[in-house]
This record gives sequence, structure tokens and C-alpha cells, in this order.
Amino acid sequence: MSRPRVVDSVDYKPFETKLPASRARAIPWATVMAGSLVTIIPVVATIPLLPPFGFVMLLAWRLLARFAFRPWAAAPLGFFDDLVSGQPLGSAVLMWSLAFVAIDMLEQRLAFRDYWQDWLIASGLIAACILGGRFIAVPVGAHVDTVLIAQIVVTMLCFPLAARIVAFIQNKRGGE
Amino acid sequence: MAPARDRRTGFSRRRQYSVFLGYVLAVAGAVVGLVLLVASTFNPPAFSALRMGVAGVTTPVSTGFAAVGSSISGIPGAIGNYFFVKQENVALRADRARTRALLMRARTIAYDNRRLRNLLAIRERSPEPVVTARLVSSSASSGRRYALLNAGRWSGVKPGMPVRGPDGLIGRVVETGPNAARVLLLSDGDSIVPVRRTRDGLPAIAAGRGDGMIDIRSVNATNVRFNAGDIFVTTGTGGIYGPGVPVARVTKAGSDSVMARTFADPDTLDFALVEKVFMPVPPPRPIAPQ
Repeated sequence: MSRPRVVDSVDYKPFETKLPASRARAIPWATVMAGSLVTIIPVVATIPLLPPFGFVMLLAWRLLARFAFRPWAAAPLGFFDDLVSGQPLGSAVLMWSLAFVAIDMLEQRLAFRDYWQDWLIASGLIAACILGGRFIAVPVGAHVDTVLIAQIVVTMLCFPLAARIVAFIQNKRGGE
Repeated sequence: MAPARDRRTGFSRRRQYSVFLGYVLAVAGAVVGLVLLVASTFNPPAFSALRMGVAGVTTPVSTGFAAVGSSISGIPGAIGNYFFVKQENVALRADRARTRALLMRARTIAYDNRRLRNLLAIRERSPEPVVTARLVSSSASSGRRYALLNAGRWSGVKPGMPVRGPDGLIGRVVETGPNAARVLLLSDGDSIVPVRRTRDGLPAIAAGRGDGMIDIRSVNATNVRFNAGDIFVTTGTGGIYGPGVPVARVTKAGSDSVMARTFADPDTLDFALVEKVFMPVPPPRPIAPQ
């Protein structure tokens, strides 16, 4: 059983950071890379149904914890995603960087947002990114579109989960 | 969420410049991505060393996960086997009795076949196996259909080698790392295999669709009728795949271009056999001095 917290004692340090700064900065990167590595699960899929979880994590960090990433962080993270995802190298670097720029532009118009608007923005970007990746990687005539719509929906539904993870970590690492 | 006014950087020049540089780098990232994309579109194997370096780390992890997963998912099957072993035994005995006659006939035919081939003195190339390995993971979030094999250059796997499963053709190796290889599955949109119908030897092309099925297209004749259940095997044309490897069975009747399902089911994570290139392209002849 944990000791009850005594608020009015010298133990109470409201401004103390909970994690060393370097680790607090590395955690968002680690979570996005772990999301990209979801492709190493031992399944040989015949249809592309697995959501690109790295991108969802990136969007959740960017929308819910504005300062977790520098504006340029999308490109190196996208590079890592390209190495493990099977897309042609450079597609995630391009799409993720453009997503960051798009969020920046949206943020100027839509200064006060709530969670539903965040989800809407994320959904739009997810759809754009997956469709963009499809046209980059697969010939236009390929029959992947029905599966792609399913993948987009599944990925959109992953956003709340990613938001939960981000909120949990943000609590632990003592927000910004 | 309240807006973050981080662009109002105050009077600190250092902070102003660092914020500005951050945005310059963000846009530069997109430009770099575009350049990389163009490079990898025009020269797909350009970054294979990097990709396969990462795959060399992830493949053992996937292999471990696969071992754990299969041992856990094997538990219900093992329990079922324990209780139903007797019925299964009876069924297997009956099956053996039924197929014995067929087996004897097949042996006779195989012997005859060998003898007649010798008589004809056909120069036969038999495909040579390189290594037996497992497919451990795949590009499940991408529209491309790649799988990772847990054997690579150290086991003698080279790009271009055909990969087959116990039931039929799986695909071919496109990139190799030291301990991993990337296999282009038959169902990928870029995969094309020359095939023929077993019934009458009708030549056709098996092209991947991207959604797990493949298209069978006729090559030299129009208005060709395909029936459901037609079986296609490789021809050996092109020199990569040896002849006679089962590829696909047509699912729905049609003409000229029909859907088919591959025999090899890559998602069972079964063993895959890497074979040598059936008939490699001979090296270019040195140009004689003028």
C-alpha cells in the first residue's frame, strides 16, 4: 500500500520534472518508431490491412502534445518507417513532412480545437497519407482499393488508442 | 486545446532564428523525401542495403515471435489430437487402403516416364534447392506484397531466386541481406509469371492483383475460355522458375482474363524452399577486338 501523499510538506515539488529532459525528449521518438515496427509481427498478410501505426502515433503526438516534436522530426521518422514498411523509400518522408506542414497551416486557422476536431484532422491526414502511399507504391490499375478503404477506416479508429497512449506518457513524463 | 503562441518569439534573435530554421528544415524534409522517392522509383534496388540492414535486425525478432505464437496457437490443436487420435487413425488407415492402388499406378507411370525420357535423351535440368527457411513477416501495412524470409546471403540466397512452398510457388527473392531476404509474393502487382494450363498446355500469364488473388491472362489467343478449377503450373519460360511448379487454380469461369487463387498460402508461415535460378542468363560474351 502506498503512503498517502502529504501535500504540505517539503516532499511536494510541483515544478519538478518527472523525467530527465533527454529521456523525456526521446520517448515520443521511441513510441513512433515502435509504431512503425508493427510490421515485424509474424504475419504474412495477403491483403494490406494493418494500419500504419507509426503515422497514427506521430499525428497523436503532434495534435495532442504540440511541443513533443520539432517541426522537422517527421522526415527522419518517416525515413525509418520507409525502411521497415516495404513502401518505396522516401514516400513516408514526403507524406509525413507534408502532414506536419498541413497541421501547422490548420493550426493557424483553427486555434482552439477539441478532441473531436483533432480526430477529424487526423482522419483526413490518414486518408490522404494512405491514398498517397497507394498511388506512389502500387500501379493505378491494381485492385487494392476496397482493401484500402477498410485499411483507412481501421487506421482512423486507431487514433483514439494512440491518443490514450500519448496522454498516458504525457502524464508520466510531466507535460510541457 | 489552447493555441500555442510559439511563433511570437519575442526579441531574442537566437530564438527567432531557431524557430525559423525549424520550419525551413521541415519543408526541406519534404523536399528530401521527394528526391529519395524519385531516386527509389527510377532505381528500386538503390537503398536495399539500408533496408536489408534493418531487416537483418527485425527478422530474428519476428522469428522468435513466430515460434512463440505457433507454440501457443498449437495448444488447442494438441489437445484435440489427444482426444481424436483414434478416429483419425481409423480414417488414415482407410485412406491408405484407398490410395494404395493409385500409388502403385503412379509408380509405374513414373518409371515409364523416366524410361521414355531416357529413350528420348531429353536434357533435363532439375531445380537445385539452396536453403529451406520460413517466411516470418510481411509488408502488411503497405500496398506492396513483400515477405521477409529468415535466410539470406550467408545461406547462399541471391536476388532473383525462386521461392516455393510445399503446395506451390510463393514468389521470388528481390533483395538479400546477410541473414534475411525480401520475397516478392505472387500476389504483388509487379509479379508476372509465365504459366500453362495442365489440361492442354495453354500458355498464359499469372499477374498479381495486389489483393491476394492473381489474374490469369491468355497470351497468344483471344477469346480463350477458362473454366473454374483450371490448374496452372509454371512453364520454365524466362529462366527464373523451373517448369511444373503449381501456381494457381481459377476460381471463377470467364474468358481472356480470370481471377485465380494461388496454391501456396503464404500466410500459414510454413516452410519455404529457395531454389537456384532455373536457367541463369549467360554472361555477356566479350566483344572481339576489331
